[in-house]
Amino acid sequence: MQACLFYLFAALTLLCGVLVIANPFTRNPVTSAMFLVLTIVSLAGLFVLLHAFFLAAVQILVYAGAVMVLFLFVIMLLDLKEEERRKIKAGAGVLGLAAAGGIALLMIAVIRQSNAGVGLKPASAEGSTLDLGKRLFTDYALPFELISLVLLVAMIGTVLLSKKDLK
Amino acid sequence: MAWFHNLSATEQFLLVSAIKIVCVFCVVMPAVAYSVLAERKISAMIQDRLGPNRVGPGGLWQPLADGVKTFLKEDFVPAHVRKAYFWLAPMVSMTPALLVLAVIPFGSNLGGEPMVIADLNVGILYTFGIVSLGVYGIVLAGYASNSKYPFLGGIRSSAQMISYEIAMGMSVIPVFLIVGDLNLSKVIEYQYQHGWLILYAPLSFVIFVIAAFAETNRLPFDLPESEQELVGGYHTEYSSMKFALFFMGEYANMIAASAMMVTLFLGGWTLPVAGLNRPAESIPMGLAQMVIFMAKVAVLMGLFIWVRWMWPRFRYDQLMDLGWRRFLPLALANILATALWLWMVA
Repeated sequence: MQACLFYLFAALTLLCGVLVIANPFTRNPVTSAMFLVLTIVSLAGLFVLLHAFFLAAVQILVYAGAVMVLFLFVIMLLDLKEEERRKIKAGAGVLGLAAAGGIALLMIAVIRQSNAGVGLKPASAEGSTLDLGKRLFTDYALPFELISLVLLVAMIGTVLLSKKDLK
Repeated sequence: MAWFHNLSATEQFLLVSAIKIVCVFCVVMPAVAYSVLAERKISAMIQDRLGPNRVGPGGLWQPLADGVKTFLKEDFVPAHVRKAYFWLAPMVSMTPALLVLAVIPFGSNLGGEPMVIADLNVGILYTFGIVSLGVYGIVLAGYASNSKYPFLGGIRSSAQMISYEIAMGMSVIPVFLIVGDLNLSKVIEYQYQHGWLILYAPLSFVIFVIAAFAETNRLPFDLPESEQELVGGYHTEYSSMKFALFFMGEYANMIAASAMMVTLFLGGWTLPVAGLNRPAESIPMGLAQMVIFMAKVAVLMGLFIWVRWMWPRFRYDQLMDLGWRRFLPLALANILATALWLWMVA
């Protein structure tokens, strides 16, 4: 049953992921965004199978519920007809594939190096929010705060860009 | 019951869960139908009219007549819509409300079986995750209709619901600071031991209620469908059962929001009289606690309806101003104050 569900969600994640960028039927950005939502939801399913309930819930709450809605919001304000007509240039395609391949290689190398799953205690894999919170604010306090700084920079940038008459 | 005990643990779990799901569904759907009737009756009382009174005694069978009517009406699909999304949107707007109910403890137990479909240890995050998916129904309806008024309604709703989701999420953090757990059953356990959380976090309750009005698109925050400006907003192009699904989705969302409020702030299935304040030990007590839960939800539904016929609609800039510049800072201050208070006590 578990294995069945794993293959189902894994297949859904990959299929929807491909349909986000290379949908043979339509080049509508809204459809791409909706498939990205499905990818995110099936990824949350995979997290549930790993008993990482917190991650699964946050995945749906933050990415599917907030980020993607804002994406849709912006996409709907664009001129979709023009987007649909735009051709993919060969050079861009090659570069994109090369970049994706590079990232894939990097990730595979990192995962092989990190001995994923070795020496991991079952308790920490269960994803209790108490444990997670304690870890975040003790062992990983610095990276955590640094990430929030990155978000702050992005926010300040947005404010600056949207307030053109600031000077 | 011998055959039941012969089943494996997984089979027992599946069977019991399936029974609970069917029962909850069979209670919620009529509740949705009768809240529509309650809405019409109460609005009639407020406006000194009679309201529906032709079908059955005092209009009691009106929801049945409405149900038959929506199924029998022509399901008209305008030529200019985007078909796939046009079909998808009503379903997406109805489903999240029903999914939220899965983690709400609607009673203590019946014969030792806990009365909650899924007792998740991240219950509240699950509800917020699912609630945040509800906006897709409206956004997709606006996009699929491919005409300007529904589109404006869709755009408005996505901005509105995201804004108030943040205020809503922030408003419940003090509750979890106090309880120390995200599990909704634990929240109720805390409440029957220490008293209802509305006493500890009154400001959270106020912000949560107001944000719930905005999240369910009810007056005074029904900007996505404000009929004077947008004809009917996101469901202008819909007819027949598809329109009815949006309509039912709104009431199902109200029920889900009321159930959340009852669970988080108003003690869930508990009542501090006659031994109803602890998990039930007999089946009649268990049933009584389920009735208490439903009665509390019904009272909050009454509040939703009452407010709708008492207040005019906000202007859009006022709505955004209220969400971002009033409620968000207020909720943050509330978190800080609660944390300080807990720190002083500890």
